[in-house]
Amino acid sequence: MLLLILRRFSVLVLTMLAMSLMVFAVLETNPEGLARKAIGQFSTVAQRTAWLARENYYVSVSDAEEKVAFEEKGYVTFSVNEGDWLIAHAPEEGVVYPDKKISEMVDDEVNVIRALQVPMAKRYVTWLGKFVVGDFGYSYRYKVPVSKVLWPRLLETGKLIALVLLFMIPLSLLLGVLAGMREGSFQDRAFSFISIMTTSVPEFASAVLLAAVFVFWLGWLPGTSSMSSGFSWAEMVLPVTVVTLYATGYIARITRASMAEVMRSHFIRTARLKGLSRRQVIMRHALRNALITPVTAILLQIPWLLSGVIVVEYFFAYKGFGTLLWEAINNTDPFLIEACAMVSVVVVVTSQLIMDVLYIYINPRIRFQ
Amino acid sequence: MSTNPPLLEIKNLNVSYHTRKGDVPAVIDFNLTLNAGESVGLVGESGCGKSTVSLALMRYMGNNGSISGGQVFFMGRDMATFSNEELRALRGSKIAMIYQEPFAALNPCMTIGKQLLEVPLTHEDISESEAKARTLQLLDDVRLPDPQRIIESYPHQLSGGQQQRVVIAMALLSNPKLLLLDEPTTALDVTVEAAIVNIVRDISKKYGTAMIYVSHNMGLILKTCERVAVMYSGQVIEEGKVQDIFVNSRHPYTRGLFRCIPNITADKNSRPLSPIRGQLPLATNRPKGCYFGPRCDFFEEEKCGKDLIPISVADSNGQRVRCTRWQEIDWDNYHPEVNQREKAAIGETLVQVRDVKKTYELPSESPLGLFGGGKREVKAVQDLSFEAKRKEIVAIVGESGCGKSTFAKVLMGLEGGSGGSIVMGNEDLAVLPVGDRTSETIAAVQMIFQNPNDTLNPTHSVGAQIARSIRKLGAASGEDVERKVDSLLDLVKLPRSYKNYKPSQLSGGQKQRIGIARAFAGRANLIVADEPVSALDVSVQAAVIDLLLDIQAKNDTTLLFISHDLSLVRYLADRIIVMYLGRIMEQGQTKDIFAPPYHPYTEALLSAVPIADHRIEKEEIILEGELPSAINPPPGCPFSSRCPRKIEGVCDKELPPKRVFPDGHEIYCHIEEQELKKMQPVFRMIEKVQTTA
Repeated sequence: MLLLILRRFSVLVLTMLAMSLMVFAVLETNPEGLARKAIGQFSTVAQRTAWLARENYYVSVSDAEEKVAFEEKGYVTFSVNEGDWLIAHAPEEGVVYPDKKISEMVDDEVNVIRALQVPMAKRYVTWLGKFVVGDFGYSYRYKVPVSKVLWPRLLETGKLIALVLLFMIPLSLLLGVLAGMREGSFQDRAFSFISIMTTSVPEFASAVLLAAVFVFWLGWLPGTSSMSSGFSWAEMVLPVTVVTLYATGYIARITRASMAEVMRSHFIRTARLKGLSRRQVIMRHALRNALITPVTAILLQIPWLLSGVIVVEYFFAYKGFGTLLWEAINNTDPFLIEACAMVSVVVVVTSQLIMDVLYIYINPRIRFQ
Repeated sequence: MSTNPPLLEIKNLNVSYHTRKGDVPAVIDFNLTLNAGESVGLVGESGCGKSTVSLALMRYMGNNGSISGGQVFFMGRDMATFSNEELRALRGSKIAMIYQEPFAALNPCMTIGKQLLEVPLTHEDISESEAKARTLQLLDDVRLPDPQRIIESYPHQLSGGQQQRVVIAMALLSNPKLLLLDEPTTALDVTVEAAIVNIVRDISKKYGTAMIYVSHNMGLILKTCERVAVMYSGQVIEEGKVQDIFVNSRHPYTRGLFRCIPNITADKNSRPLSPIRGQLPLATNRPKGCYFGPRCDFFEEEKCGKDLIPISVADSNGQRVRCTRWQEIDWDNYHPEVNQREKAAIGETLVQVRDVKKTYELPSESPLGLFGGGKREVKAVQDLSFEAKRKEIVAIVGESGCGKSTFAKVLMGLEGGSGGSIVMGNEDLAVLPVGDRTSETIAAVQMIFQNPNDTLNPTHSVGAQIARSIRKLGAASGEDVERKVDSLLDLVKLPRSYKNYKPSQLSGGQKQRIGIARAFAGRANLIVADEPVSALDVSVQAAVIDLLLDIQAKNDTTLLFISHDLSLVRYLADRIIVMYLGRIMEQGQTKDIFAPPYHPYTEALLSAVPIADHRIEKEEIILEGELPSAINPPPGCPFSSRCPRKIEGVCDKELPPKRVFPDGHEIYCHIEEQELKKMQPVFRMIEKVQTTA
């Protein structure tokens, strides 16, 4: 058991590493582009170079002896900040580097600076190391360190997801089990109709519809959920309902299929012919077997919910992870995007691990093999 | 009202299923009277309604089945008058059932103990500890070792035989008056089957339980029942005491069925099978009059083709037969056409198999497994050596897990061998995966698969599938392909028009004929047939075997016949290889395998085969214990853990030596040659047969 978890866990760590490599490859391999995203499209080359030097993309030294050592090897040095020197390759023939601060240079001259880049592998290791200890860098959109804005937002979305799961799990399992209990019956048709309907209406449509009814027509609920005056249950109702409706139908369909299959199996016949009542057959024999598949599906829903709530959060102006991601992308806030991506990876992978453990727990066939 | 009504009385029972095409009768006019402690067999081929009868007795027919006529009296009371609660109180308590597939019949997510305890706790007002004590006692009765461990296990942790014992224990827990057994051993190996049948017999004697034993296997019915009802297409066509039915069956179908069953004492040359022509009618499309009419040699339009045939009493013994002409048929002068064969001359060596090994690697359970270390090995096939000659039929027999199918995969190149060689011509097939073989080699070695339903693509017409094989094997090209398809359909005796059919439009036997046609599409020298008829009904099986033998003889093909069915192997093979847990136990000419000296495993295997012949008596050898796993085989001789003739301290230490007898007969056993020669034959013919008349 423990070994199995350990084995799964090591696979998951590998997955995370692979994912981090991909995030790194997409966002970090072009430092010049990254600098543009961070400090703006209209920054000067000098500003960007200075930024990159400060963010350790280029080799810079603060020790005077090291500076001399580089110069002896044929490198050229520039002063970046007080007491910091950027190391650049020797200039091409005919080009003279003026001994100035980068910020004082005009763009044309600096274009020929070929700053010495920190090797990619080394950068990846420091980058990953910072992520592991929770140092996500600085958000240029919110003008605070990323972690200052990321964690509270994640917590908000966590609340939303928790409430959704709280309603969705019992509701969808109940619907699915009741529908799958008697395949083809009126009960099945009715519940199947409900679940297909809720899951086939997209969130942006049901959000509009529910808002029209409860906000504009009846006026029972607030139309935005920005929680500007602290946490409010009333503001939670609509976002939770919209996501719950959508997810419930989906899980209910899966549960129904699983339940129907179990009800057709031979061991249910055995249980019936033992003389058990229908109720006993379902409670003792059918349920546990029927729940194996939906439990997997529910846990797969969690990563989906994390990004799937963007629509709902945006619609109701809910300040959660979804809107954060949305704004990060819209404003090309590189470190925030990276942080959001990595957090998603961790959430997906963790929910996978939980799913594996839960699966082992509910399905005895796995445990002992 | 009589003072002592029979336990079960079924009067004119009719069961139908509702389908889109209307009501389809599944059981028609079924009558049966069963007294306490009696046992009756229901025998018939698939779709004859035998299982439906047993479920109808439980009043459990799924969503679309219903009893459309007749009455069932249980202990004198009409079951139609039982309320739902009363029915529930009956099920599992007074009437219990044992199912065909024990694994499917047990809840995979519940411990055995919980599933068993449910029965007494539901039906009786007893404490849990009392129920548990009785459960442990019953598990011991069905000879399950270590009952305490069993009740804490989940179904998947037990072997098939153990699971079936659990199901039997579950059925017996509340001491039922009537036990329904629906093909209880069909999914099990033959040595396990023998043990289970013995348990069922002993227990029903011990507890005085009446039994209805549903099976397609005449041999099992002979072994277990006093009376038998033979069913065909929803009707009982003949019934009576088992002995009488075997000695003096009166219905043409029953007679035909016996002629389809290979006999363990005779081969294809001395007693050829005579298949029943035609197919089982579909329940939706039964002929007028006698349902067996279109397949019967005694069919007369006037007498048999008009009305439903009533069942009539044939003699004072209670034998009854559903045939209008049974008194007119002169069985002594009835000699149906059979395919008389001469023993074929066997040619030179075609394939030489030497020391073939196949090992699978499993990931280790130890923490080292994380890093690819500490692998465990499954030795599926070890040191397999034999040769097959041209035109010869070599059979490999053994129970599940003996490595016979693994060897077929290596031979076909579907899996690489782990050692040894399979030399055919100047090629070593053991190291030549199928992707590296030339199309000539592929055409030369072809296979017929076990389940015809799974091996044909359901979306293509059968003609297209045969044509594809022809092109792939390079047997013909262009317009010749079409002609070749026709000739292959002729070869397997199917109408040429069938080439446009989809597999779903064919019956199981017809599909297997297509499988045979495909295998012979190229110029095959060697055909590997992996249980080619085990999925087919007896009457169809005989026809397919007959056909296969014809084609094999005509094409001078070598046939490697893989089977678990010893009667069948006895019928058709020239040479037999007996395998157990990946190793050869014994090999030799067919006649030598079926006569002493035996390998102790062969002896037990032969003894376990149910024989549909009342004239044969046999030695009873019941193997103890379970088939060991190939991951962890016993040291020394693999059979040592179950061998009744085991020599302590020798067999479980060293691999047995090869004992060589005349005619290439080899036995791998520690027992000395002289001792082996002293063995008694397993089968004896009884000279005079007494009927109950």
